[in-house]
Amino acid sequence: MVLELHKPRPIWQIMFSTHHTDVGLLYLITSLAFMFMGGALALILRLELFAPGTQVIADSMTYNRIFTVHGTTLIFLFILPSASAFGNYLVPIMVRYKDMAYPKLNAIAFWMIPPAGALIWLGFADFTWYAYPTYSVISAPGPAADMWIFGLKILGVSSILGSINFIVTIMKCKHPDLPLSKMPLLAWAYLTSSLITVVAVPTFAAALLMLLTDRLGASGFFNPLMGGDPIAYQHLFWFTFHPEVYILVIPAIGFMYEIFPRFSRKPIFSHGSGVTAFVLLALVGFASWAHHMYATGMSFTEKTVFMVGTLAAVPASAMHTFNFLATMWGGRIKFATPIMWAVGGIALFFSAGAGGVVNSAMPLDFITHDSYWVVGHFHLFVMGTILFGTVGFVYYMFPYITGRMYNEMWGKVHFILSFVGTVMVFFTQHILGLFGMPRRIYDYPPIPEWVQMNIIISIGAFIIGISMAIFLANLIYSSAKGKPADMDDPFGLGGKYYYPYQAKNPHH
Amino acid sequence: MSGHSSWPEWVYIGVVVALLCYVGAEAWNIERIVEHVPADAEIIKVTGQQWLWTFEHEDGTKEIGELHLEKGKAYKFEITSKDVIHSFNIHDYVVLLDAVPGRVNTVWFSPTEAGEYDIQCREYCGLIHYNMRGTLIVEDKGA
Ligand code: HEM
Ligand SMILES: [Cu+2]
Ligand SMILES: [Cu+2]
Repeated sequence: MVLELHKPRPIWQIMFSTHHTDVGLLYLITSLAFMFMGGALALILRLELFAPGTQVIADSMTYNRIFTVHGTTLIFLFILPSASAFGNYLVPIMVRYKDMAYPKLNAIAFWMIPPAGALIWLGFADFTWYAYPTYSVISAPGPAADMWIFGLKILGVSSILGSINFIVTIMKCKHPDLPLSKMPLLAWAYLTSSLITVVAVPTFAAALLMLLTDRLGASGFFNPLMGGDPIAYQHLFWFTFHPEVYILVIPAIGFMYEIFPRFSRKPIFSHGSGVTAFVLLALVGFASWAHHMYATGMSFTEKTVFMVGTLAAVPASAMHTFNFLATMWGGRIKFATPIMWAVGGIALFFSAGAGGVVNSAMPLDFITHDSYWVVGHFHLFVMGTILFGTVGFVYYMFPYITGRMYNEMWGKVHFILSFVGTVMVFFTQHILGLFGMPRRIYDYPPIPEWVQMNIIISIGAFIIGISMAIFLANLIYSSAKGKPADMDDPFGLGGKYYYPYQAKNPHH
Repeated sequence: MSGHSSWPEWVYIGVVVALLCYVGAEAWNIERIVEHVPADAEIIKVTGQQWLWTFEHEDGTKEIGELHLEKGKAYKFEITSKDVIHSFNIHDYVVLLDAVPGRVNTVWFSPTEAGEYDIQCREYCGLIHYNMRGTLIVEDKGA
């Protein structure tokens, strides 16, 4: 492979480079930095919720700002850039081209992220990651709210530019000898998630502008006092963000399609099934957005339509799970760190999906909606599935990027602690939701069940915190002092057969 | 692709689809039944505002933060908001509906046990969202 940082270079050479592996490295470092920062915020929230009454945060506004920046950071500044990182490394290699189709555009898309991150962190808005009007129009304090809007605007443009680049690289620069049908599933993941981005994100981009002019008093799109409708924003928002959850999850599934066959020493069970599931998800994913809005007063018919649309997307996810298990079945599995994360990830993916079906069933959503159940539900995806897949892939790519091995033992400890913590936190949150605790609250009455479950959740969160500190130490120590990796077979799996895309990049 | 047989995958997908159809049909049916408002339901006007709930009975009496109802009767809430979006929630009776400025949303329920129940706001609405709470007091007039 061509990824390793052969010789030490001054940092500015990497920063001003447009080569896909350099941009990939920038994306990776940035996204991991934001992962640790956003995670730290979550720990502050969990300290506060450890018991009823004020613990560490003096006032509710600060608490509200922290959970808003936590969510925004991890979705937009960790998950999306980390997906772009590995896409940059691997998509050109997988389609056998020398670089991304538009290298400069690629660097520009990356360099939009730091200023956007700065706007979000320096502003520290409080109106949650979805900024619903009318709160966001008439009540949310500026300039934080406006800085958030600009930050998200920049991130939206950045991800559209990045997606166009992936689509063109794959469709136009792919080696003529490589038919689409034979393209590795990870490249398919980038193709489908990029197509979803290009279709879904513009609505939110429009909604952000309308929100901004509404805040300035120049328009009243979402303000009923000026004849507008706040629910219209929710449609625009969720038309982007339900498909967005597939934009987030598809690359992580793609990582697992690399990890499972490799460490099972067996080809993927069905390439065709994987492609079908990606494409299906990309299409059906657009039919479910208003399942977030059952409680806004939608008619019975509307609710039914969106329930059916939501349920229709489930078989596609189920196909991936089957494909993974069938790939492992009868394989000579080597349980190194990357596949442990992938296995944990699909276990949590399955549980999360089951909870999602409950949310979709209309009468049940009136129990779960905006309670801790929903927090548990989507964290089993964003943390349990996406972060697990991504972290597994960070371990997998580590030797290719740094030329050194990470510490295997600490990688496994990291996994075990994270898995235990994740189960403790997010399964418990489901139950807490059934007991009626609303999300996004700074303090809660001392209802005994709520108190007990919040203690369990906070302890679980700190177990995850410890595991992530171990991760950070492992990354830093091993990239400087780790033992040099055997670049032909860093995981000792034997046989090149298991590296299907490794056909030499013709331009290097 | 690799010449393996694919029937287990088809069986598996069939099972998943069947389960989903069952969940969907059941949900449709239950929602249809629970949304049917009884004709004699008494109307309670519910107004959310930062950060309290106001209730107005049919006879014009108003309550703030507390709502007194009678066991066994049916009630229909007409819910709206004065400022930002809130969400009116009596978790023990699975009453949950957004209070949206400029709109009136309706939901009905009938309390079956005398006692006190928590009312809370389930949609983020700012500074005191966490404490936008109230109490439903169900009285047993028949006893
Ligand atoms: C594939 C990965 C998925 C991700 C990343 C994901 C993520 C999310 C997120 C972020 C939310 C909450 C948004 C918020 O209120 O802040 C959410 C809610 C929801 N999800 Fe998922 N989800 C996924 C899959 C599913 C599946 C497979 C289903 C259904 C079968 C589903 C059904 C729902 C429903 C109905 C809600 C609304 C719950 C409510 O607010 O009452 N999700 N999901
Ligand atoms: Cu959704
Ligand atoms: Cu409220």
